[in-house]
Amino acid sequence: MDDFAYARPHDVEAALRLAAMPGSQFIAGGTNLIDLMKGGVEAPTRLVDITQVSGLAQIHELPGGAVRIGALATNADTAIHPLIRERHPLLAQALLAGASPQLRNLATAGGNLLQRTRCYYFYDKGFAACNKRDPGSGCAALEGFNRHHAILGASERCIATNPSDMAVALVALDAQVQLRSARGARQIPVSDFLRLPGETPQQDTNLAPGEIIMAVDLPPNRFAAHSHYLKVRDRASYAFALVSVAAALEVEAGVVRDSRVVLGGVAHKPWRIDTQGLIGRPLDPSALESLAGAALKDAEPRRHNAFKVELSRRALVRALSVAAA
Amino acid sequence: MSVSDRRPGTGYSRREFLQSAATVAGAATVPAGLASAASMIAEGSAGGAPTAVAKSLQLQVNGQPHELIAEPRLTLLDALREHLKLTGTKKGCDRGQCGACTVLVNGRRVNSCLSLAVMHENDEITTVEGLQSADGTLHPMQKAFLEHDAFQCGYCTPGQLCSAVALVEEVRKDPGRPKLTDEDIRERMSGNICRCGAYPNIVAAVREVLERG
Repeated sequence: MDDFAYARPHDVEAALRLAAMPGSQFIAGGTNLIDLMKGGVEAPTRLVDITQVSGLAQIHELPGGAVRIGALATNADTAIHPLIRERHPLLAQALLAGASPQLRNLATAGGNLLQRTRCYYFYDKGFAACNKRDPGSGCAALEGFNRHHAILGASERCIATNPSDMAVALVALDAQVQLRSARGARQIPVSDFLRLPGETPQQDTNLAPGEIIMAVDLPPNRFAAHSHYLKVRDRASYAFALVSVAAALEVEAGVVRDSRVVLGGVAHKPWRIDTQGLIGRPLDPSALESLAGAALKDAEPRRHNAFKVELSRRALVRALSVAAA
Repeated sequence: MSVSDRRPGTGYSRREFLQSAATVAGAATVPAGLASAASMIAEGSAGGAPTAVAKSLQLQVNGQPHELIAEPRLTLLDALREHLKLTGTKKGCDRGQCGACTVLVNGRRVNSCLSLAVMHENDEITTVEGLQSADGTLHPMQKAFLEHDAFQCGYCTPGQLCSAVALVEEVRKDPGRPKLTDEDIRERMSGNICRCGAYPNIVAAVREVLERG
């Protein structure tokens, strides 16, 4: 690992001032950043340790019923918090499907949103071509081993996928990211915070320079009774998703009143599915099949990941069936 | 990373050099207002770019205070093994994928390879060497691992033990009082890989300690 300077501020203002200095990067759990630094993919010259910044680790209810998850709340604490377990079980389920218990004890909500793709070619500097690591250098995954790569929303610049389970559930739950900078505060939906690769795959998120994630807010919803996170991976646990589905339904007297369905593991960000066709009718097999078919009609598989198209269809049907039960 | 390396041709030890650099840095290169806002800054300057400065670091490990001189890039794992000579904690993959380096930080299991030592100055760290009681009596989990033959080569065992001890604590603290099946135990131990495949016996050992309450 390259040398770097280290600073440990105690409040957000100091953290922002330190972060504004060239070469600075925030560190909290560090589970992805230190890994990337060991491989030389990330090389900050100053780490700003925000773990001692006060007031960023709480999970609490806001007036109006939204639940606020502080940026420093660990994935482990979030998954077992009563407000999350009872009101947003989909998020608890997604969090527990990710990483391992030891990693979840370190990993934070803010860091989870900022983690980088696990594309082998991004991670391995032995491959020169990676537009995400080195803009303009090409994409080794296009003609490489691309079993884990995107089938939706990719570009010729980058076919990497977002590795987060948490983010898939957050998009389904219409979560908002609370940001702060020296210029003030703003909020942005998680679905807009994360980006598709387009022409600038080096930019994973719409976090502006000098901004810090303060919290993630979950608005109230009626999905708690009918939600399910399904994760399909190469082994039973402790692996990234090949395909995942966050399914949330509001069902009243057997009729679907509202729903959110998001695919993970298939795109550069969680991929929202149009569920208009489910609303106002019972969730029958034909509705499920047509939703799943429409969701994948624009899929563009690569050499090694065509299986993800059919896998995604089946995962959508399964997740929605379980959620409805 | 050794602190006693001589820098060729200078006659300075690395430690002396870094200490004098730190003194200069404290006055000259930390922007006004930052030194007071940050409780701790390890930073020097070379041609305008920030550089790391090794500093004295206090770690509380297995109930004992330790002091070491470390650069910020020192991982908790390397601090334990290379500086404190607590080699019970193992380096497997060094990338957070195997769990061999699992230790307890304030009672919670973490991968020490993916955490910086400098970030743990206020924490209570427990390694496999600290699981037994002061009189040398093995921890119930250590006894259960012996009774159930829950290892073969033993390389992953220190991490498995720390992880299993934390697992039991997590269950005890859970207000839902979950009753774990063998499948649940496997899921909750999935961050610890065993190349010898001792999993059935590890599960049996964990189950026994859980059932004993």
